[in-house]
Amino acid sequence: MSLPLAVIGVNAIDALYIVAFGLLIYGMTGLTGPRTAVRGNKIAAAGMTIAVVATLLRSHEFSGSGTWALIVLGIVIGTAIGIPAARNVRMTAMPQMVAIFNGVGGGAVALIAWVEYRHAFGGGYPLRSEIFELFGAIVGSVSFWGSNIAFGKLQEILPGRPIKLPGRAQSILNLTFFLIAVISAIILCAGTHSQALFILGILVAAAILGNAVVLPIGGADMPVVISLLNAFTGLSAAATGVALGNTVMIVAGMIVGASGTILTNQMAKAMNRSVPEIVAGGFGGAVAAPAAGAGTVGGTVRSTSAQDVAIQLAYARLVVIAPGYGMAVAQAQHAVRELETALEAKGVEVKYAIHPVAGRMPGHMNVLLAEANVPYDLLREMDDINPEFTRTDVTLVIGANDVTNPAAKNEPGSPIYGMPILEVDKSGAVVVLKRSMASGFAGIDNPLFYEPKTSLLFGDAKASVSEITSEVEEL
Amino acid sequence: MDSLVIDLAVLVLAGFVGYTVISKVPNTLHTPLMSGTNAIHGIVVLGGLLLMAESHGWFEKLILVIAVAFGTINVIGGFLVTDRMLEMFKAKDPPKTGTADEVGGQGGEGGGGA
Repeated sequence: MSLPLAVIGVNAIDALYIVAFGLLIYGMTGLTGPRTAVRGNKIAAAGMTIAVVATLLRSHEFSGSGTWALIVLGIVIGTAIGIPAARNVRMTAMPQMVAIFNGVGGGAVALIAWVEYRHAFGGGYPLRSEIFELFGAIVGSVSFWGSNIAFGKLQEILPGRPIKLPGRAQSILNLTFFLIAVISAIILCAGTHSQALFILGILVAAAILGNAVVLPIGGADMPVVISLLNAFTGLSAAATGVALGNTVMIVAGMIVGASGTILTNQMAKAMNRSVPEIVAGGFGGAVAAPAAGAGTVGGTVRSTSAQDVAIQLAYARLVVIAPGYGMAVAQAQHAVRELETALEAKGVEVKYAIHPVAGRMPGHMNVLLAEANVPYDLLREMDDINPEFTRTDVTLVIGANDVTNPAAKNEPGSPIYGMPILEVDKSGAVVVLKRSMASGFAGIDNPLFYEPKTSLLFGDAKASVSEITSEVEEL
Repeated sequence: MDSLVIDLAVLVLAGFVGYTVISKVPNTLHTPLMSGTNAIHGIVVLGGLLLMAESHGWFEKLILVIAVAFGTINVIGGFLVTDRMLEMFKAKDPPKTGTADEVGGQGGEGGGGA
C-alpha cells in the first residue's frame, strides 16, 4: 500500500522521521545509567512527538471530511485516559500498568492491520505488504489479549494460579489456534480475499491464542510473560511499519522487539526455564511435584515475635534483606527502608539481595526500593550477594518465596530445580515474614521454612516490619 | 533499490542497534526500560493517523479512532510513568525517609508526550 506522496513536503517529512528515530535511539542509550535515564526518556519522548508531528504534516492527505476531527478525537481520548492512569498508579501496581499499556499498543496494531486489510480487500495488493500486515494482525492481537490476561492476573481480577487444561490438552489447544491463524494467513496470502477468513481465522484465533497462552502461566512467571508480550508488540509494530513503508515505525518497533527479546531471555535464564516451555504449558508445578516424589518436606515451623526478631537483627553484624512480591503487595518498601536506617543507626551493616525475577516484572524490587530512597550501593544482584550469605548473621526474607527455595538446588524432582536462587539458607539465621503458610504463586512448598535456623513471623509485611523497627529503636 | 529491500535492511539494522543499546542497561533499570520501550511501540499510532486519511465509512473510522486512542494511551501513559519512575532513581540525597505509603504526584510532570 503506498500513499500518494506529493513531491513537496515529503523530503522534509522523511528528514523529520530520521531525526525522530535518531532521538529515540539516543534516548534509549540514556537508559544505561540512572543518572542519564531521566533525560534519555525525555529525549525519546521528544523523538516520538516529532514523529507524530511529522506525520500530521502530511496534511495535504488529510483532506477528507472530518479526518482532522477524528484524529483529534482519538488523541484526546487517549490523553484523557493515559495521563491520569500514569500519574495515579502506585509503584507497587507498576507491573499491571505496564501490562495494560502494552496491551493497548498490541490492540492498536491489530486494529490498524484490520483497516489495512479492508483497504486491500478487492483492490490489487502486493503480497509482500500483506505478509507483514497479517503478521502484525496475529501478533498484535495475541499481545492485546495476552496482556489483558496478564493485567487481570496481576490486578487479582483473575486468580494468579495457572488456569489450564489437564495434561497435554493445553499445548494441543494452543497449537491448534496457532495453526488456524497461520493457515488463514497463508490462504489469504495465496490470493483469497475473504473478509470472514481474516476476521475469524486471524483475529479471533489469535485472540483465543493470546488468552490460552497466558491463562496457564502462574504469577511467578509474569516477568517472562510481560517481557515477551512487550517484544511481540514491538515486532508487530515494526511489521506494520514495513507494510506501510514507514521507516520510523520500523526502527522504533524493532528496538522494542530487541529489548523485549533480551529481557525475556534474561528472565527465563534467571528461572532456568526456556521460553517455549513457559509458553507451551504454564508452570506445570502442581502436576509435576507429587509425581516426582521429591520427598516430603513437611515438618514444623518455628514462629517468632517482632521483639525477638528485633533483638536478632540489632545484635547482628551483617543483615541481608531479601524482598519479594509480598513486599510489593503489602506496600512495605518505606517501612523496610526505615528498618534499614534504624539498624544502621545501631551499627549494623544492611544489604539488599535482589533476585532478577523477584516480583512480577524485571527490576520490580529496584523500583520499589528506589521509591523508598534506598541507596543503590546497598542493592546487590544475586551473583554478588550469594557468596556473602556465609558471613551474613541474619537474612530477613520479606514476602519472597520461590526465589529463596533451596529445593531449586537440592531436589532434582522439584519443578523449579535448577533455577538460580538467593542462597539465604547459608546465612546464620533466617527470618521469614509471611502472611500465612500458603505456598508461593508457583504452588511449591519451601523447605527453607522448616529448617531449624529459620523462624517465621506471620502477618502483614508492612505491619510486621514497622513493629520490628520500633522494637529495634527501643533497644 | 526495491523499497521493500530497504525497509528490510532498516529492520535488520535497527534490530542490531536495539540489541547493542539495550544489552548495556543494568538490572536496576529493567522496569523503567520495559515501560520506556513500551511507550516507544506506541509509535504504531502513526499507522492509525496515516490510514485515517484514506479510510471510508463509519466502521473503519470508528476502528481507527479506537486505534489512535489506544496508541496515544500507550505513548503518553508509557512516557509519563517511566518519567515518574526514573525521577525516583535520580533523587539520591534522602533528607528523611518517606513515612506515608502514598507518594503523591512525585515528579510526574514534564513527560512531554505527543
